[in-house]
Amino acid sequence: MSKLIAAGAIQGARAMVEKAREALEKAIAEKGEDFKFEFVDTAFYLPMIYAMTGFPVKTLADMKTALGFAEELLHESPGSETWLPYLGEALDSGMGMLFAEEIWLAARTVLGLEPAVDPETGYVYNGFITDTIQRNLGIQLVDGTMPGFAVIIGAAPDDDTAVKIARELQEKNILTFLCGNVNGNSVTKQLLRKGVELGWDSRIVPLGPDVEHALYAADWAIRASLIFGGKKPADFKAHLLYQKDRVFAFAIVLGPLNDTIWATGAGAINMGFPAIADTDIPVIHPTGVCIYEEVDKELDHSRIVQKAIEVRGLKIVVEKPPIPVAYGPAFEGERIRKEDMFIEFGGQRTPAFEWVRMREMDEVEDGKITVVGDNWKQQFEAGGKMPLGIIIDVAGRKMQKDFESVIERKIHHGINEAQGLWHMGQRDLNWIRINKAAKSAGVTLEHLGSIFTTMLRYKFRSIIDKVQVTIYTQEDEVKKLLEDARKSYKERDERLGSLTDETVDTFYSCLLCQSFAPSHVCVISPERLGLCGAYNWLDGKAAYEIDPTGGNQPITKGSLLDSRYGRYSGIDDYLKKASGGAVESLNLYTIMENPMTSCGCFECIVAIIPEANGVMLVQRGHQGMTPAGMKFSTLAGSVGGGMQTPGFMGVGRNFITSRKFLAGDGGLKRVVWMTKNLKESLREALTQRAVEEGVPDLLDKIADEDACEDSEKLLEHLAKVGHPALEMDPMI
Amino acid sequence: MSESEKTPGLKKSANEAAQRILQWAKEESVGTCFDRADKLKPCPIGHTGACCKNCHMGPCRLTGKNAEEEGRGVCGATLPTITARNMVRSIAAGTSAHSDHARDMVLTLLAVAEGEAKDFQIKDVKKLHRVAGIIGVPTEGRETNAIAKDVALAFLEDFRRTKGELNYIKRAPKKTQERWKKWGVTPRCIDREVVEALHRTNIGVDADPDHLLQQGVRTALADGWGGCMISTDITDILFGTPEPVKAEASFGIFKEDEVNVVVHGHEPTFAETLVDVVGEPELVEYAKSKGAKGINLGGMCCTANEVLMRHGIPTAGGFTNQEIGMLTGLVDLMTVDVQCIMPSLGELAKKFHSTLVTTSQKAKIPGAVHVPFDEHNAKETARKIVRMAIDNFPNRKPAKLHENQKFPMIGGFSEEYIQYMQGGRWRGSFRPLNDAIMAGRVRGVVGLAGCDNPRMVATGVHRYIAMELIKQDVLIVSTGCGSGACGTAGYLTPETALEQAGPGLREVCEAIGIPPILHLGACVDNSRILTIATAMAAEGGLSDEIGGMPAVGIAPEWMSEKAIAIGVYFAASGVPVIFGGDSPVQASKEVTRIMTDVWLERFKGALHFEPDPEKILAMAFDYIDKAREALKLKKYEPGRFGAERVLMDMAARRELEKQAKPHVGIGY
Repeated sequence: MSKLIAAGAIQGARAMVEKAREALEKAIAEKGEDFKFEFVDTAFYLPMIYAMTGFPVKTLADMKTALGFAEELLHESPGSETWLPYLGEALDSGMGMLFAEEIWLAARTVLGLEPAVDPETGYVYNGFITDTIQRNLGIQLVDGTMPGFAVIIGAAPDDDTAVKIARELQEKNILTFLCGNVNGNSVTKQLLRKGVELGWDSRIVPLGPDVEHALYAADWAIRASLIFGGKKPADFKAHLLYQKDRVFAFAIVLGPLNDTIWATGAGAINMGFPAIADTDIPVIHPTGVCIYEEVDKELDHSRIVQKAIEVRGLKIVVEKPPIPVAYGPAFEGERIRKEDMFIEFGGQRTPAFEWVRMREMDEVEDGKITVVGDNWKQQFEAGGKMPLGIIIDVAGRKMQKDFESVIERKIHHGINEAQGLWHMGQRDLNWIRINKAAKSAGVTLEHLGSIFTTMLRYKFRSIIDKVQVTIYTQEDEVKKLLEDARKSYKERDERLGSLTDETVDTFYSCLLCQSFAPSHVCVISPERLGLCGAYNWLDGKAAYEIDPTGGNQPITKGSLLDSRYGRYSGIDDYLKKASGGAVESLNLYTIMENPMTSCGCFECIVAIIPEANGVMLVQRGHQGMTPAGMKFSTLAGSVGGGMQTPGFMGVGRNFITSRKFLAGDGGLKRVVWMTKNLKESLREALTQRAVEEGVPDLLDKIADEDACEDSEKLLEHLAKVGHPALEMDPMI
Repeated sequence: MSESEKTPGLKKSANEAAQRILQWAKEESVGTCFDRADKLKPCPIGHTGACCKNCHMGPCRLTGKNAEEEGRGVCGATLPTITARNMVRSIAAGTSAHSDHARDMVLTLLAVAEGEAKDFQIKDVKKLHRVAGIIGVPTEGRETNAIAKDVALAFLEDFRRTKGELNYIKRAPKKTQERWKKWGVTPRCIDREVVEALHRTNIGVDADPDHLLQQGVRTALADGWGGCMISTDITDILFGTPEPVKAEASFGIFKEDEVNVVVHGHEPTFAETLVDVVGEPELVEYAKSKGAKGINLGGMCCTANEVLMRHGIPTAGGFTNQEIGMLTGLVDLMTVDVQCIMPSLGELAKKFHSTLVTTSQKAKIPGAVHVPFDEHNAKETARKIVRMAIDNFPNRKPAKLHENQKFPMIGGFSEEYIQYMQGGRWRGSFRPLNDAIMAGRVRGVVGLAGCDNPRMVATGVHRYIAMELIKQDVLIVSTGCGSGACGTAGYLTPETALEQAGPGLREVCEAIGIPPILHLGACVDNSRILTIATAMAAEGGLSDEIGGMPAVGIAPEWMSEKAIAIGVYFAASGVPVIFGGDSPVQASKEVTRIMTDVWLERFKGALHFEPDPEKILAMAFDYIDKAREALKLKKYEPGRFGAERVLMDMAARRELEKQAKPHVGIGY
């Protein structure tokens, strides 16, 4: 009965507080109370404690204070007869458990014990999850490609069952965290034994060997409401309701349960995350704390994933092409090393290209896949390398020439999501590999075709009515068609170059992130792509055609209210509605007044350096200090959550090279500092823009982390090189 | 229920221990209310509301065929006028009782805030802040006593304001408030409504039955959202907001080897002081010097409920148990304050060694020692009374009967704790309860309240209805003697849920660890039901006002005018209420129609009188099931529940914000 669970949670939390106290005392004995502590790459201290209480743990002494919070949440076990109520008390204990686990893990980090290392195999667990990873996942969290999150605690009864469960979660696109063990055995070890690739790319992330490591997953989840939800620290009700309504996480407990698991589970239930066990445990079915059941069981391992998904209230639609290997975003990140490779195409090794062409309806035979080449089968069977020209002809009543490039970019995901297939590049610079396992599973060139005929049809339903794929394998033929393709690429580039904010009358919104950041609205114009870098104006246009009620909506520009700052009446009207009244007005071309809001998954941050009369640029993942006096993770904290913060803005990388980048503030010449990473990756386009701006050597004048990491040295540098920003009108 | 239980005479009380003691009393020829009830039948004319004695031209009794249409008093008053006036006078009297009690609580809070009542402190600062927040008293950066003083002064206005509305009116759901405004029944204050009610029922003032009852409703609302609610909240502020606590009930709580001090009546202040002093070593030593093993504090009626809720002080039960308690011969001293104290206790005490002490300056009883208590000398008075009890212990006569029956129970369910228990400190809300109702796990909620009554098998109707309701998945919240009846039946335990509740209710009780009947406190704490219903409305998914909830109030054994005031304020707040026994407005069809059909249309609540317990149940289920249907909830089917899953894809998640209704909250 539930009382057993409550008693377990209450006892488990009591024990954990003691365990955390011991670890903390040890850490203090070693380092002293004033020892400064932070988890790697986070702006949120001990994130769970910070979100719930607003108390920033910065030192070991602070940790002692925070342990006091955990202690306050402890309760007595319910008695055996005429017992007092226990649900509220058990949930309090669960939160105390999370606090204590967070402190325990922090103390262990201080002591050099985290991330944990498996003593037998030397395997290094992931440990604490950084803010960068959280932000990197960005668009996947909202576009349906990563709809849910599982925490598996314990070990499956055998290795094969562990693999089956993991694969099923992968195929359902779910991000899976692993922790806990049953007598030393764990799903992590089971998957390692079976050679399953672990890590962020394959969406299976081992956090640590103990149940307590589940806290890292909770810490990850709670940062979603801090980063994307814009919930304030200490507003615990808002955080926890956000978790319940928007973070679709659940736990699968494999093997017997103990007090530690019950208490951790009670903590998770506070967040609305239910637990499903594979053993005959008591259940808690009444709803309201979680959306559906709080604790349930499913003894059949072939059904446990489906059960967990239903209990969490998660809807997963998976479209899979008819190919003999597994398919889904979880397989997108897998690499194919040379020794595992069976055959490759392109990549400067053979002539290759991929090309999507719009055709008339009667010119396309839907579903037709043709491989052209006299003895392509023998050639393929031999392995190694071969030429490959892929022409995808599409037709549809709502198809437009502009969508060719949008569809073509999906080829990359289409191929990569197949297990054992790998794709890189695009157009005539593509590179495809098929590994030996996929080959022995029966993958042939025709399967490439079926990926396109099914997945493109699915992803662009209502634009594409017919898809026909022709694959060319003979070198001379590929080379000949390549010329036609290049002509088409060039035409497209010219068309794209002529697309400016002034030449269209409609912009597009991107509301995809509203599932996580409810008041944020991206406004995408031809010259300003979405801040996540994933959606440009054409993508928005196509997405709207695909789903007129979906996440991308047309915004009629209306009248131009301010040409310098880029303010349009249509944008303002739209924003008021779409942001739920949170944002009233927006300027597209300035950072100083009503700039664009951010969800939290921006690629870069633009931040004002007032003393330098300019701005700096830092990309997600940069761990060093910046002249703004903050690292990326801290800066990001003041930009996300759908707020307008003048002087700070999240942007997509490619916006930096747009002519509209801060056009109202003086444009690219305002950039006084940017990371080397950005300089290098955008060098060609930046140089061209610098020439257009009349400062051809601008890139050399912009400081980077080698030149300085603080504003004092920055000013010296700017003066030395004669940066144009120093001569421009004051920004403020 | 069995025939013998329905028929008075064969059996007096459903409480087996009470029945045994009464049997013994009969043999000893000691009379009680049960014997008096047998001997003295109620006057059939006054009993049904057809007697007017508001002036000395009467009493006028309007009886006979066509009395409704043709009957007239000397002044010309019709039967509906007379019945309505009688009803309104009952409401005014009931409201006066709760509200005068509330005024004393406000004055105590003021005295504490001004440092004039050294024996009391503000125990629940959080609740003080919550209350201050609701009524708009600033708290930021202020001393507790300064806030308390302003809160007390603001509440004092609720007694004497001549224009405007009660502080707590804004605490009700918006729609409920709008209904009151629309029908002109929003109370301005307490005293003015009572005075106006008495004025309008005076000879030759208001004669329109609907208009008269309108003032009755306004007065009753001043009771519920004024007197009762103020009293509950200030008692929580001064003595702590209740949280679940273990206690015991029935006559076995009296100890043969200890000094038994019994508190009885309705006010918490003096009883709280007794709780404070009764364990003082000097007093315990003094008790031992007189041959007792210690001092045992117990209670009955609602004073008992007050100290049970906060300290687990055991109770001997409700109204009809007061004389029976004395009959055990174990009561060394009984202190009484106000309300529901039978004057017979004075005479009865004399037949035993018991000392009866009246402590309220408002109530003296022949045969009792009067030891007036006020908050300025609280502990001194309490010690004095405990010493009187100890001094009386040696006078105890050898017990002639040994009654050991007692049941464990869980009390202490405040609105605050009920929210907490559904999710703890972090996630506490009424979502789980609303969910459970929506999914059909819980069919509905019944407030089981009111007195117990010697004109029926005392506590028997309470027991019958409580058991039938929980079997059919109805969650019960109980107060006053309803709680006493259930407690002395052994129903207030979490085990009752596992053994007796229907499958859905059982699951909910098991998940939380609660009894299927939640003891909310004294009868004045019926206000907690109002705030709970408000919280349920705010949580969403059910009705957005109190009216229309699958909820019913039942007072199966009522007898007090306070019950009438309570019944009317529930009806006017939107809860259909069913009282047991004969109707005090039975004489007039028109008044009955107004209080049922008309009120139902205006307020979504009604006040019915129904003597047949089975019919009470049927009516309650009918109201609940119709409300479920109107709210488009899943049809109740025992054992078949569960919400239809709405599985969320990304588009549905983006829509979340648009669906979200602003949480109007309950000021917490």
